[in-house]
Amino acid sequence: MTSATDPSQPVFRLEMLITDTRYRGITFQIIAFFAFVLLFGWMAWNAAQNLAALGQNISYGFLGEQAGYDINQKLIPFVSTDTHLRAAFVGILNTLLVAFLGCVTATILGVFVGVARLSKNWLVAKLMSGYVEIFRNVPVLIWILIIFSVMSNALPAPNAFRGEDPAASMVMGAIAFTNRGVYIPRPLWEPGSAIVVAVFLLSILSIFALRRYAIKRLFDTGQETPVLPLSLALLFVPTLLAFFLLGRPIGIEYPELRGFNFQGGVQVFGSLIGLWFALALYTGAFIAENVRAGIMAVSKGQTEAAAALGMRPGRIMRLVILPQALRVIIPPLISQYLNLTKNTSLAAAVGYMDITGTLGGITLNQTGRSFEAILLLMLFYLIISLSIAGIMNLYNNAVKLKER
Amino acid sequence: MSTASKSSARIKPFVRHDPLPAKAPPMAQSGIARWLRENLFSSPGNTVMTLVAGYALVWLAMQIGPWLLNGVWSADSIRDCREQLEGATGGCFAVIAERWPQLLFGNYPSEHYGRAGIAFIMLFVALAPLLFIELPRKMLWFTGLFPFIAYWLIWGGSLWVSVMALAGLVAGAMVYKRLEWRSAAGALAAGIVTAFVFWMFLSGPLVAGLSAVVPLQLAPVESGEIGGFMINFILGTTCIALSLPLGIALALGRQSNLPIIKGICVLFIEFIRGVPLITLLFVASVMLAYFLPPGTNFDLILRVIIMITLFAAAYMAEAIRGGLAALPKGQYEAANSLGLDYWQSMRLIILPQALKISIPSIVNIAIGLFKDTTLVSIISMFDMLGMIKGPILSSTDWFGVYWELYAFAGLLFFVFTYGISQYSQYLERKLATDHR
Repeated sequence: MTSATDPSQPVFRLEMLITDTRYRGITFQIIAFFAFVLLFGWMAWNAAQNLAALGQNISYGFLGEQAGYDINQKLIPFVSTDTHLRAAFVGILNTLLVAFLGCVTATILGVFVGVARLSKNWLVAKLMSGYVEIFRNVPVLIWILIIFSVMSNALPAPNAFRGEDPAASMVMGAIAFTNRGVYIPRPLWEPGSAIVVAVFLLSILSIFALRRYAIKRLFDTGQETPVLPLSLALLFVPTLLAFFLLGRPIGIEYPELRGFNFQGGVQVFGSLIGLWFALALYTGAFIAENVRAGIMAVSKGQTEAAAALGMRPGRIMRLVILPQALRVIIPPLISQYLNLTKNTSLAAAVGYMDITGTLGGITLNQTGRSFEAILLLMLFYLIISLSIAGIMNLYNNAVKLKER
Repeated sequence: MSTASKSSARIKPFVRHDPLPAKAPPMAQSGIARWLRENLFSSPGNTVMTLVAGYALVWLAMQIGPWLLNGVWSADSIRDCREQLEGATGGCFAVIAERWPQLLFGNYPSEHYGRAGIAFIMLFVALAPLLFIELPRKMLWFTGLFPFIAYWLIWGGSLWVSVMALAGLVAGAMVYKRLEWRSAAGALAAGIVTAFVFWMFLSGPLVAGLSAVVPLQLAPVESGEIGGFMINFILGTTCIALSLPLGIALALGRQSNLPIIKGICVLFIEFIRGVPLITLLFVASVMLAYFLPPGTNFDLILRVIIMITLFAAAYMAEAIRGGLAALPKGQYEAANSLGLDYWQSMRLIILPQALKISIPSIVNIAIGLFKDTTLVSIISMFDMLGMIKGPILSSTDWFGVYWELYAFAGLLFFVFTYGISQYSQYLERKLATDHR
């Protein structure tokens, strides 16, 4: 019956797996899948063989053992008797620290240079394109090494600060640039300081509330609110009041020259500064290009239309150009942040103890657990990258042009 | 009326017949003065910016000028440099004059520098037909042969090794051509299998036999002796060349509608892009040996080439995927409606356009890759930076001449990367077929 009504149904033959486009895709996928599994199986089998030959096994027990090395730059206390796990954690914090500092600095620099490159001033524009070309076309590792060398060779030794007429002096009496690192004042948190910080955060929140209120008032009644003076007042007055009323709970500890070295304050090592500045300058050049492209992507008609509506240049930039340019700028900007974060792994070149220096460096060499250490290292960077990529996707969906 | 006509007859009207010659524009509106006014001093704010930028430029020139001009070009050591400078500011470029072979070639035997030099020049001859479409297409034959010749020149040994490597490829290509009409993918697989069978079983005895008859032998050079800028260049060119086809394959895989193939490609690309290159280099230096059969010992350069190629391929794939996605859907449909199968439509319609769109990003990746080859110094390979950090700066003679060395290294990289970016802009202008 069926054959009479549906004569086109062909009989399945084995060669149709290759020749018929309906089945060919499935065949190829199955072949590819088996090839993939075989490749991985082969590699895993080899790894098992090799490890057995060396008398090793895969075990993460080494993370609980005593590290036995010191870390100079650290955000949390660490001594050489602590475990490898804690050393790795110090490394993670150091990676995040330099990534954060680098991203902030690179953004400020990049936005400034990107806008300046579009300046009508010929000299400024040329100077900025010189900066962009020089930094983009030279490997970042060279910049890291140059700045690190300057920090460790060209700056004066601490004993140059000694004596009646010292060869070097501290900047504003608070910051000392030495070849052992930069000494900066350390804030001292005494009881009650939490309240001051809380007041400060609250006043920042209230500034945002004020802005919203001002816009609402403008739209409802047409009356403008003096936002800027009110914001400045909100920013400083309550915090200062709280600070003095609570009896100055936040103090400052200045670095002082004692013996052969500076004591007190925070010692920022040259390796951190070298890495931070080099990454910021290098990534800043890329961000500058993104910013420039973003601003140029907004068509001139938008500026002219806004001007025709009677807007002032400042408002045109803030209300018309920037919101449109940001949509173009932010995605590449975030991928630059991602690049910068991955480039912090170059810390190994200057001995800054980030996660690559602790877990992938000394811990790996001391315990010989290269397999486990490198896997953990990759996992850490993967988590960071994927979370940044996730944030980017969320943002992209939020600012995507809503086409209806 | 009559008085008016009378008066008009009496007063002889003055009518100028030819216009006055145009006056020269005022000083401030012409030539340099106008340019200065418009570009540097158009407003008070602009003037301030000009002054600040000018001050910065002068300051930079004051810093760098004496250092460059007073530079010492011949000295035995940094102490000698300092004595010659007598306290004045000046660079100690003598280190470059004395150590340039190490910077460029590493520990490559000095009697064979000529071989490396010839390979370097031949590279440009081989690249020329790829870069400039006007050149005769026959030059592409040389491009195809170049990798094998260059390998022979740089590593030395018997020419027959290179010839057999090439012969394996040719055999594979012939099998592919034979079977292509049946199924492109099947033919490709057959070709690859043929090439591997050739290399595994035939090439060894053939090399031994042919070398015994006609020994085309160059003095062999160990991989460990290759270093300096040469290794950056070898890694850069090889990895860019290898990663492009791999990247295309990955991009097509990611765009494909076969879920398993797509999944494998996505997994690979996202994994590679999520980790820094340095961790992959660690894998190359300590971990890759674990994944190979016990007893296999790969050359470190080869392991590094594999990892950098995989790394670059993931980025290339994303760049090409951008191009594929930017192509209007009509192009895919047009290819289908012409009755082309998948590979034909990709090769003839889609990829030529998609690759053209992705040229800027591909070039950016190539430049980034070339710069990233310096990272191998961290896994203690003696590339240019490794040479500077290791043997040169730690020698007692040149301890502390870091500015000159890093500036030299930076300059060398700048010349090449800037050249590549200028070429890509030329290529974009040339390939621009849309009407603007």
